[in-house]
Amino acid sequence: MTTVINVPHSLDDQSFEQVLEQVAPLPADAKLLIDARHTRWASPYGLTALLALGQTRAERATLAVPESDDTASYWSRAAFFQHAAELFELRGDYPKRTSTGESSVLLEITSISKADDVHDVVGRIQQKAQQIITQQLGLEPKATLGFAMTLSEVCQNIIEHAGRGGWVAVQRYDWRNRLGRKVVVIAVCDAGVGFRQSLQSAPGHISTERWDDSRALEEAVIRGVSRYRERGRGQGLAGARKYVGRWNGKLAVRSGTARIAIVPPWDDDVPLAENLPPFPGAQLQVIIPEAVNAAVSRTGGVR
Amino acid sequence: MKHHIDISSVLRKTLSCDLYSNLVTRQTGAAVRGQIEELLADARDSGGDAELAVIDFSHVSIIDFSCADEVIAKLLLRYGADDPPKEAYFVFRGVSDDHWDAIESVLERHHLALVIESDDGVQIAGALTEDERRVWGAIFRLGRADHDQITADLADDSSRVAEALNALCHRRLAMVIDGRYVAVGSPRVR
Repeated sequence: MTTVINVPHSLDDQSFEQVLEQVAPLPADAKLLIDARHTRWASPYGLTALLALGQTRAERATLAVPESDDTASYWSRAAFFQHAAELFELRGDYPKRTSTGESSVLLEITSISKADDVHDVVGRIQQKAQQIITQQLGLEPKATLGFAMTLSEVCQNIIEHAGRGGWVAVQRYDWRNRLGRKVVVIAVCDAGVGFRQSLQSAPGHISTERWDDSRALEEAVIRGVSRYRERGRGQGLAGARKYVGRWNGKLAVRSGTARIAIVPPWDDDVPLAENLPPFPGAQLQVIIPEAVNAAVSRTGGVR
Repeated sequence: MKHHIDISSVLRKTLSCDLYSNLVTRQTGAAVRGQIEELLADARDSGGDAELAVIDFSHVSIIDFSCADEVIAKLLLRYGADDPPKEAYFVFRGVSDDHWDAIESVLERHHLALVIESDDGVQIAGALTEDERRVWGAIFRLGRADHDQITADLADDSSRVAEALNALCHRRLAMVIDGRYVAVGSPRVR
């Protein structure tokens, strides 16, 4: 029997939970039809998380691709189908990927499994990031290199801790309705061992009754704890948190059954969500918004 | 003996692909540090005594936290230990504001300090006490001085100055030449 998993009309970090709620009760070898035919929009998180979902299935799932030409075209330009073809049986028509040089896609979906991949990603993002961060988001030039550093560190999280490959994507948006400002979004998703298991593997780790996914996320994201006992470890996510705080951005990390977020004043997300549907690995999203001054001068006021 | 080590050249030798010019990832950092240590070891084989290595970041555009930890923190920790591979001192050149976020972060984490040479001159940076900063500044200004001269220059308590001098020498930020203190980065040791 095949179970149909409905993909929401709009797929982002919040609505992806609806997908997981449907998948979580099913065994890994259950036959799935992931139905994205009616999906019209997907964030980098939604797309990379969908790939991570494909990675978790023992039985290769079928993915029904979006029927909307615009949506399928965007997914194609973002290189989603290129990666999805290795994980899913793709059902439906979708355009072959062509390089359009679209400026809003800062980094199409890219697989990360080794250090060279991180060099490649950082090298590719540098030039575009400079243009977007300073000219479009109105941030200081200093923010550009911090952005590349943050991207490097969150990608390394896969190499150091996931135990298997993952994906990264970077996209620029104009959040007119939600924020009245432009934003740049980084999404990094894997279906590896996740934070709890990674930290549990540290020498001398003692699991108390309170030890769970949310505690593991607090340790890693807030306290900079790593499974490696070297003093210098654990600085990557701490650095990403510092960068996000400095530029009034948002960092959210989901792992297992919990999700932790560094929430800026402009967002109403919860700092910690527990008892979510279980999902392996780690899924991370960074959002850097346009500087308020830049948005005001561009629009005459922030909505 | 003085060595100039251009990090971007070391990076190109380290990576399998010479297209990459950024100091990112922990693996890359470990490999770069390994190359630096080899260069210093080769200098030992050629019969040198204490080494002054100028580590040049001028052509590095990005350094991330993991790489800063591997290259800078571990290098300073290893050569600042009680049993270093050899007597070596470091001056860091070409460190821009863009590099500083990552470097400052790892220095604070490990309670380390270093000497930076820039167009504005030579300075020490990182986790330092106020006494260490003042005493290092006095040594640098005086060029080469003994404990009494430094104490007199600062008009400070002798034991406090002695304590700071010991710490600076232990942290490889100053050295003793012919019984007198010299600041690392001073023209007197180049």
